[in-house]
Amino acid sequence: MKVEAGHSTTSPVSIHDLTVAYQRKPVLWDVDLDIPEGKLIAIVGPNGAGKSTLIKAVLDLVPKASGKVMIYGRPFAKQRKLVAYVPQRESVDWDFPIDALGVVLMGRYNKIGWCKPVRKQDSKAAMESLERVGMADFARRQISQLSGGQQQRVFLARALTQDATIYLMDEPFASVDATTERAIVKVLGDLRSLGKTVVVVHHDLQTVREYFDHVILLNMRVVAHGPVDEVFTDENLKKTYGGRLTLLSEAADRLARH
Amino acid sequence: MTWSIIDTWIVIIGGLCAAGCAIPGAILVLRKMSLMGDAISHTVLPGIAIAFLITGSRDPMAMLIGSVVVGLVTAFLVQAIQTFGKVEAGASMGIVFTVLFAFGLVLMRQAVDHVDIDPDCVLYGSIELAWFDQDPEGLGIPRGAIVNGVMLLANLLLLLLFYKEFKITSFDPALAKAQGFQPSFMHYMLMTMTAATAVAAFETVGSILVVAMFIVPPATAYLLTNRFSMMFILAIFLSVLAAIIGHISAITIPTWFGFSGTSTAGAMAVATGALFLVAWVVSPLDGMLVRMWHLFSTRLHVVREDILGVLWRLEERGQKELLLVQLSEAIGTTPFLVKISLQLLQKRNVVSKTKLFWSLTDCGRKQAAAIVRSHRLWEVYLDKHFPQDVHQLHQSAERLEHITTPEMQVKLGNAKEDPHGSQVPADE
Repeated sequence: MKVEAGHSTTSPVSIHDLTVAYQRKPVLWDVDLDIPEGKLIAIVGPNGAGKSTLIKAVLDLVPKASGKVMIYGRPFAKQRKLVAYVPQRESVDWDFPIDALGVVLMGRYNKIGWCKPVRKQDSKAAMESLERVGMADFARRQISQLSGGQQQRVFLARALTQDATIYLMDEPFASVDATTERAIVKVLGDLRSLGKTVVVVHHDLQTVREYFDHVILLNMRVVAHGPVDEVFTDENLKKTYGGRLTLLSEAADRLARH
Repeated sequence: MTWSIIDTWIVIIGGLCAAGCAIPGAILVLRKMSLMGDAISHTVLPGIAIAFLITGSRDPMAMLIGSVVVGLVTAFLVQAIQTFGKVEAGASMGIVFTVLFAFGLVLMRQAVDHVDIDPDCVLYGSIELAWFDQDPEGLGIPRGAIVNGVMLLANLLLLLLFYKEFKITSFDPALAKAQGFQPSFMHYMLMTMTAATAVAAFETVGSILVVAMFIVPPATAYLLTNRFSMMFILAIFLSVLAAIIGHISAITIPTWFGFSGTSTAGAMAVATGALFLVAWVVSPLDGMLVRMWHLFSTRLHVVREDILGVLWRLEERGQKELLLVQLSEAIGTTPFLVKISLQLLQKRNVVSKTKLFWSLTDCGRKQAAAIVRSHRLWEVYLDKHFPQDVHQLHQSAERLEHITTPEMQVKLGNAKEDPHGSQVPADE
């Protein structure tokens, strides 16, 4: 296997020198990260810190100004099947004419391939995923008739049905009910025991210690990353949230204007 | 009404064209870009004019290619202006298609000097004359039917082939892209389908009808279903129905008022609007009638519970029965609503009637107690957490009692007395 210099082949997601800019204003700057395998990893940081952008850059959904991302040492385009994605709930139109099962089935499309119809085993796999998140009874429910938490669980089921090695989730815990929160935590635990790598954009600082093994503190740059016990300290949090990194954002604004 | 073979072919051509438009139209509606159909149908004009100026003939293949190319340019420019021009999608479409359409008119003027190509014809079409434009082999099939039929088949094939790709790229482009289903590829395929359908249809039915057929039947289908597959089936069905109704009304309705027939293409477009209106009123999903029925049945539900509450409080004070008018006064609603409610309650054996007086049955007494219990527990709860005027407590509790589930009632606690000093009925 050919491996690019500077990248680890054992890291599920190896990010090297990554910079992403929207209309020339950088949102991520020189990010260097080797995400450890088989862990639950939280990405934490203030609004506008580039948390979602980091995930989208891994998935090739936003153009990179510079830098590279490797999935087990190879570009994402060659490793699509290894990566499952849970986008933010608000990113889709929940009035779309489709039921919960239909949404979950989309997780199988890559396995099915272009222009081929959905098979029986796909529907079976999708139903199993719905069961894992406690949504089997809602399979035929139109998605707009589901509560926010239920919609989130449908998204989670869709990622599960992708049967991936790496799971990237964008704020799955955002405004969900207690049942859904428990369901997600249970699924995260299951994934970890299966040796999967799960990266979650997380906004609730209270639960980071409880739910995650590793944490990435992000504010345009990686402020700190590593095991929660070592890295999730008051001092690091202050650096991430408090200092506002004024010089850095001033520089970013200047870049955008030039 | 006199019906001839010409009328049959008008309806067939209109139906084929409408059904062909419904397929890309339904996807456009789901992607919230229905106006793209409008934009692209208009830019067919410069496409045709350019093709004509280059080839110097009205060769259909050249015109198809010209229109598809200009249609794709339109789609690309709309995207580009939206991304870089700081304007929203609607404005960006407006900029591109009005300018290109005007440019087409300018070119058309040049072309008209050389050969007969009629801008009016592009707008309004000539479906009435379509039958006379027969195929060269003389099978008796008008060219318009063949062209639109082929287009419908092509659209159907593409839909079936890329069914799940259209679904995923319309619902969640990010996931589609991450999975390797290129949303931009599907986008431009849809734009190609739209442009080709528009050019196939414009000559026979004109671009006004094309615009209506792209948007209105799919939007109507959207009101009627929440299944992806049904969107297409309904949109096709409704568009064909509009073609039939449209032509029949075009040749009949004006004659009732002493005029001769009117524009069939126009009447078909109006028919799509009429069908939309009907769907809006009667849709089983969220139609006006359904909403009104929900409102009405909720109102009746409240009146029924109020009747029980009034009768229960009456017994609390030692009386037993009331006249219908007294009940209606006590609740503050019309005797009519009270009457239907009482009839239903009587059927459920919750109230009984002796002569003209209404009273609770044993079963009714239990239900009534539960309602009054909710009411008084709410008063206790509100008084504790949101101290306010005692009279206001009653008002709020009056509304809340109707939406209290047994689980909520348990959470409301176990008080014995409400803030007014009345006993809270025991939980049974």
